[in-house]
Amino acid sequence: MFAQILQQLPQQLLNGLVLGSTYALFALGFTLMFGVLGVINLTYGFYFTTGAFLALYGTKLLALPIWLALPAAAIVTGGIAVLFDAALLTPLRRKKAPELASLMVTLGATLLLYSLMTATFGTEIRRLPPAVISHAAIIVGSVRMNWSQILIMGTTVAIVAALLALIRGTRFGLSMRALAENGEAAQLMGVNTDAVVRLVSLISGALGATAGVLIGLNFNAIQPYMGESMMLKGFAVIIIGGLGNIKGALIAGLVIGVLEVLTAGFLSSNYKDAVGFILLVTTLWFRPVGLFGRAPIKRA
Amino acid sequence: MFDNFFFSYQTLIFAVGINGLLALSMYTVLAVGQLSLGQAAFMGIGAYVSTLLTLDANWPFAAVLLAAMVVPALAALLIGGPTLKLTGVYLALATIALGEILRIFCNASDLTGGALGLSGIPNKTSFGLIFGILAVALVGFVLVARSRLGRAMEAMREDEVAAGVMGVNLPVMKMGALMVSAMLAGLAGALNAHANSFIGPNDYGFDQAVTILSFALLGGIGSPFGPVLGAIILTVLPELLTALHDFKLVVNGFIIVIAVLFMPRGLLIWRIGRVG
Repeated sequence: MFAQILQQLPQQLLNGLVLGSTYALFALGFTLMFGVLGVINLTYGFYFTTGAFLALYGTKLLALPIWLALPAAAIVTGGIAVLFDAALLTPLRRKKAPELASLMVTLGATLLLYSLMTATFGTEIRRLPPAVISHAAIIVGSVRMNWSQILIMGTTVAIVAALLALIRGTRFGLSMRALAENGEAAQLMGVNTDAVVRLVSLISGALGATAGVLIGLNFNAIQPYMGESMMLKGFAVIIIGGLGNIKGALIAGLVIGVLEVLTAGFLSSNYKDAVGFILLVTTLWFRPVGLFGRAPIKRA
Repeated sequence: MFDNFFFSYQTLIFAVGINGLLALSMYTVLAVGQLSLGQAAFMGIGAYVSTLLTLDANWPFAAVLLAAMVVPALAALLIGGPTLKLTGVYLALATIALGEILRIFCNASDLTGGALGLSGIPNKTSFGLIFGILAVALVGFVLVARSRLGRAMEAMREDEVAAGVMGVNLPVMKMGALMVSAMLAGLAGALNAHANSFIGPNDYGFDQAVTILSFALLGGIGSPFGPVLGAIILTVLPELLTALHDFKLVVNGFIIVIAVLFMPRGLLIWRIGRVG
């Protein structure tokens, strides 16, 4: 029994890391949006679905190769995210509406968009053409993996590195951090806050879409509500990692992924999906700012 | 004539009353400036607890209803304890987690009938019971709104920091509101279970939570009558627009967006005057 567990462990850990990378990849744009714009934007899950659908039609109808369909889907979805932000959240920002109003308006928009999408496309599961990526298995020792899994882990690491470099090393990153700290002060210091808001929406939307395409590729199942179930996991990841924290999202995503796979492998697959939420509630009890978050300072 | 009408529309009429209670439970939390997305989960807990007590333990219905209020209130204590000290979004996210945990466990556990849910629940509700409870709750809310407590709640909603400085005990008020709202939602869940003879684990998910929120937002939270009006409209409207079936949720979503952007105070903007 014990020997068997030990023998399966490397493969389980790898599967966990791949699953965790998908959670992290999804949560990055979500937590960025929260960190800079200060809004829990629930339409984010819809960008995930949109990205996957765009890549699906790009590869199917236009016969684009995946390396072209992925960035195209990301850019188009980023544009959609900018439009939604301008229509839904900018008016509220102008009116200095409370945080909850923004949450509610994106909640309504999410309901509208998903049900519109379901009414148009139906709920059946769609698949990408099998030729878009090689399905050959790569075997290292007792562990096997495929190209889409490598692509997911590689992309996640590359995006985390790029985001950290952007935020810490560029002038635009400085504007982002200024906006995150205090929007009004940033504006007075000459930061074009509208432009920063648009660019952050663009990047977040593109990240959500990238996650949608890669996860659609790995699980080969695309349907309108894929974003919503991912969104619920995304909440767990961004709270456990600390709201707005890029590094935290990566680590929390990996931890949840590994724990889920181990739960499914060694306990029961029925309870796999509860892992993230139980961790979330535990985090809120013992370290509510998340594993890597800083305590928010509340000013009157 | 009335009997005939009542018979054909009994399900709808009961749904109006139960959704009215759910709208009031949402109102209780929004009235102190918090957002919970766990009303559906509290409702689900009430539904499952009451059903199990009726089917397996044969408790009298009054005791069942009481338990359906106490157990969700305990869940509210567990979720509210850490999150109410933080900013509003944490409660919203933690209550989403509560709903998901509940759904996963009800789907997996034998006790709750797994994905098939529980069926064969005896019908123990009546028009008088459902609307009697709704009326009592409404009168209670009006009395609260007219009192010192109601003033404190309104002050919290408008400016939490100022209310705290003026001597409103914020943690106690928030926790009290969340627990009362959980009790109302649990009661509504129990009544719903005993009116429909069937409950399933997927009836209390995120969609249901959003639907309950849209009742309160459409009606407006200036007075307790707003959310009830919202519940009546959003329960009856889909029946009138059956042709729209697939687009029912589209309409719900659209109403929330418009309500927040253009009518941030809802349909009924009238507020209750107060005495003393």
